[in-house]
Amino acid sequence: MRNLRTYGKNINLIIGGFILMMFFIMMVVSFFYTPYDVNSMDIANKLKPPSADHLLGTDEFGRDIFSRIMQGTQTAFFVGAVSVSIGMVFGTLIGGVAGYFGGWIDEIIMRVIDALMAFPGIILALMLVAVFGTGMINTSIALGLMAIPGIARIARSGFLQSKELEYVQAAKLMGLSQMKIMFKHILPNVASPLIVAASIAFAVAMLAEAGLSYLGLGVQPPDPSWGRMLKDSQSYLVSAPWYTYAPGAVITLMVLGLYMVSNAIRDIHDPR
Amino acid sequence: MAYFIRKLVLLLVTLVLVSLITFAVFQIIPGDPIRIMLGPEADEARIETLEKQLGLDKPLHEQYGKWISGVVTGDLGDSIRFSRPVSELIADRLPVTLSLALMSVAIVIIVSIPLGIYIARRHNTLGDVIFSSLTQVGMAVPSFWLGMLLMLYLGMTFSFFSISGYIPWSESITGALGSLLLPAITIAIPQIAISFRYIRNTIIEQLQLDYVRTIRSKGIGERFVIYKHVLRNAMIPILTVFGLIFAEVVAGTIIVEQVFGLPGFGSLLITSISYRDFPLVQGIVMYITIVVVVINFLIDILYAILDPRIRLG
Amino acid sequence: MRNFFKIFITFSTLLALVIVVSACSDKEENSASKGSDEDNGVNIRINNDPDFLDPHMAQASITFQMILNIFDGLLVGDTDGSLQPALAEDYTISEDGLTYTFTLRDGVTFHNGDPLTVEDVQYSFERLMGVETGEALSSNFENVASLDAPDENTFIITLKEPNSAFLSYLTALHSAIIPKNNDGKHNEKPIGTGPFQFSNYSPENNMVLVKNENYWKEGLPYLDTVTFTFQPDDQTALLSLQAGEMDIVAVGSHRVPEVEKDFNIEYQDSNSVLLVGYNQLKEPFNDIRVRQAINYAVNKDDVIEAAFSGYATKLGSNMSPAAGEVHKEGLEDAYARDVEKAKQLLAEAGYKDGFSTTLSISSHAALYTNVAQVVVENLKEVGIDVEIEVVEWGVWLEKIYQGRDYDMTIIDFTGELSPYETIERYQSDASGNLFNFSNEEFDGLMKDVLTESNVDRQIEIYHRAQEILSEDAAAVYMADYQIIWALNPKLEGYKLYPYFFHDLSEVKWKK
Repeated sequence: MRNLRTYGKNINLIIGGFILMMFFIMMVVSFFYTPYDVNSMDIANKLKPPSADHLLGTDEFGRDIFSRIMQGTQTAFFVGAVSVSIGMVFGTLIGGVAGYFGGWIDEIIMRVIDALMAFPGIILALMLVAVFGTGMINTSIALGLMAIPGIARIARSGFLQSKELEYVQAAKLMGLSQMKIMFKHILPNVASPLIVAASIAFAVAMLAEAGLSYLGLGVQPPDPSWGRMLKDSQSYLVSAPWYTYAPGAVITLMVLGLYMVSNAIRDIHDPR
Repeated sequence: MAYFIRKLVLLLVTLVLVSLITFAVFQIIPGDPIRIMLGPEADEARIETLEKQLGLDKPLHEQYGKWISGVVTGDLGDSIRFSRPVSELIADRLPVTLSLALMSVAIVIIVSIPLGIYIARRHNTLGDVIFSSLTQVGMAVPSFWLGMLLMLYLGMTFSFFSISGYIPWSESITGALGSLLLPAITIAIPQIAISFRYIRNTIIEQLQLDYVRTIRSKGIGERFVIYKHVLRNAMIPILTVFGLIFAEVVAGTIIVEQVFGLPGFGSLLITSISYRDFPLVQGIVMYITIVVVVINFLIDILYAILDPRIRLG
Repeated sequence: MRNFFKIFITFSTLLALVIVVSACSDKEENSASKGSDEDNGVNIRINNDPDFLDPHMAQASITFQMILNIFDGLLVGDTDGSLQPALAEDYTISEDGLTYTFTLRDGVTFHNGDPLTVEDVQYSFERLMGVETGEALSSNFENVASLDAPDENTFIITLKEPNSAFLSYLTALHSAIIPKNNDGKHNEKPIGTGPFQFSNYSPENNMVLVKNENYWKEGLPYLDTVTFTFQPDDQTALLSLQAGEMDIVAVGSHRVPEVEKDFNIEYQDSNSVLLVGYNQLKEPFNDIRVRQAINYAVNKDDVIEAAFSGYATKLGSNMSPAAGEVHKEGLEDAYARDVEKAKQLLAEAGYKDGFSTTLSISSHAALYTNVAQVVVENLKEVGIDVEIEVVEWGVWLEKIYQGRDYDMTIIDFTGELSPYETIERYQSDASGNLFNFSNEEFDGLMKDVLTESNVDRQIEIYHRAQEILSEDAAAVYMADYQIIWALNPKLEGYKLYPYFFHDLSEVKWKK
């Protein structure tokens, strides 16, 4: 029994890690090589089914879907990395302060976070996009801000638990600065739930980007974005179904990889 | 009692904050509702007159003040886009979104609880591994794409499903069911994945606890163990996750309603934001927040009833 | 435990059963019951809600597409764009072009049963001019000196200055005649004299009109009810058409093969102008050579093929052939695609290595992003590096249209009945001149045409005006795209107009 369980854990990590690694390699390659120029149009050959020339067929401008999927990894990693970074930095900071200091600071911060969490995420995203505008960078910022409350909550509970630990109390008695205690002594302790939260935030950002793109906001052309491709393919669902499968499959696959890795990390760091 | 009052006050604070956030957003974003409605060919004289008539020439903080004083007296104001009372528009949409949300939650409960218990009993078998991976896929699919595919493969094949908009319950019950089932499934699938995993893990945890071993060693039937003790103890964490799931379902309706062309809150909200319809956005956001917050509030209370330690702590 | 599983199994079986049973039931039968020919009504898909129901407040063409069935004006625009009498049986214009005398039609009643009187006509114009409130609803009538009703059947409008475009303001598009006794309720419960009367409006759902039994055109309309269903999603609309739930649906050009077998297809020139505009107060667009280079660089055929699958008419100036003889022919190839020439012009203007700029478009229609991507690729070939900036419609209107704070943009203007209205925005001081275009000759021509009473001379002036827009490269005029209507094949009598109007007065079901 025990063996199968560890095996199961490893399988998540192996498969998830493998998927993410493949996408990462694809992204690196796409910087140097794509079969076709991602934006060059060949309108005479639009919406052609997969063939030897075009592995995944062509889109409504006759652009090579495979090349655009490849380059789309850049957008995916960019949006994910930027939004997760924003969410992690501010979320940890805000949650850390709330958890560590407690009292009225905690109360105020938590009320605002509650209010933000009560907003369905997509409404918040819609409003943030209205404020910041569309496009790759603005979308990443909006999605990053969206991730802050969730991460802040996790950080807060981590800091709240850790500050009672003996060695933290000892550090306090030694007269170390608050900053030093927070970031040098407590943070490493809270790292594993935060890493899990980060990889989930990455996955959520990818799905939210697709959702925003579906509503016509989000990443804008000509930057190839999987979410955008998915939206554009909707009009050709019946006449050119291959157009929708490719971006849909890669989004699902990459989000799946992220979830698998985050589950594996959680299981390993928090064995029951 | 003090516990409930404190919770109630916090609920009100949350609502005020939500409305302030919405106000702040509208203070920042550019765009003029009348211009958006009338389009680029609009007559400048007409724009000016209409703005004066609708009170849109006043600064937003005045409009917000007027809105707040209306809310206190129970008047949510009129929508700019539709020239109708906001409360009327919300009441019109309520049946659609509510049916959709309840159906989704029902599907989640019906599927995930039995499945979670079933798999928990067999955990670490091949079936467990397969199901657990499958649920991860369910979480990873973009919901609107799932909706598109369901529409394409089920909706267009089976005439039971109506894929061209909403049929009211009053008109035809099977029709309403047919128009809501596919979107409800679309919303439910990722949530099934989440709650299934959660239930499975909670039950596994419970089954490993000492008390279960004690009861088992007394020779009491397995079924009895699950029903009477494990489920009761697992109820608290499961309830919490359903609070979260309800919020997610409400959020999920927004995009999925777009995919299936259902006239619920989702489309109304998206229109109202893009048309800068301040009273309507405030009204809907308030409404959705209230629903989510109240559900969480009720769950908190249930929680406190199930586990009296919380009230004391 | 097993019980839980039992419940689960039972539920799934039931669900499966429901699906199977319903799948077996005949699809035809299902759709027939939903179709509307049995109750003698039609269901028409409209993309979006009306802006206002009050015809004096509404401005969106999508609104008039529907409400022109409710209201009449003194005149009406016919299928060929000419103006025909409607509520005015007849009219005369004085020699000096200042006095317009209308004879009202007899026996016209409003939907509420009240007869149309000259007071109602006077009320309608006074309301538009804001005589009582001091706040005009329309600037078209600023030129009116006085309104008079000498007797029950005569209505006289006197102008301050002659205006050859004035007649075109007298259709229901600009001045619907509405009853005085409905004052204050025109937006909630609109009343008119048209073939159908307003029944119900349910936001983001539908608007229902019912037959006007006392319509002044004998024997019309044929239909009992008209339902306009608001469905923003093309995919859903098409499915509804195929399911028989809707009867008239505009379909995307790339969907034509899916519907052409089973439905009647009508191609309507929308009389719109899709263009790439640039801010001519800004460098480098203040240089005519740069503007011409951009015109040579853009491949209109590519745009038409990519965005409209070929279902569009190439343009050369701000006028569509749908406008009739006022359209100046032969301009569409004035800037036939020529990359070398474009590069040469850019070099002459001092941009040998091209330049970088931003193309700002609205997110509310996929059309703009589609066209923008083609234009960007085209311009890249001549060395112009364009970044696409997509903004919300509200932001576009405020920042680009009104604020004129942009480099380049893409927009389509819907056609007006009057050619004057169509190109009026290019005058230096026009409020809609988002291009900051300025040409003295053009301004002069637009002044002259208003005082010109001879129709042939007017056409000459409009032709010259279109030439100027082309010569000066005021914008890249790309296409008038066709709206493709798929109609239930059992419907007949549907007419196409050079403006947005679903005329349902003569539509009927074939026996």
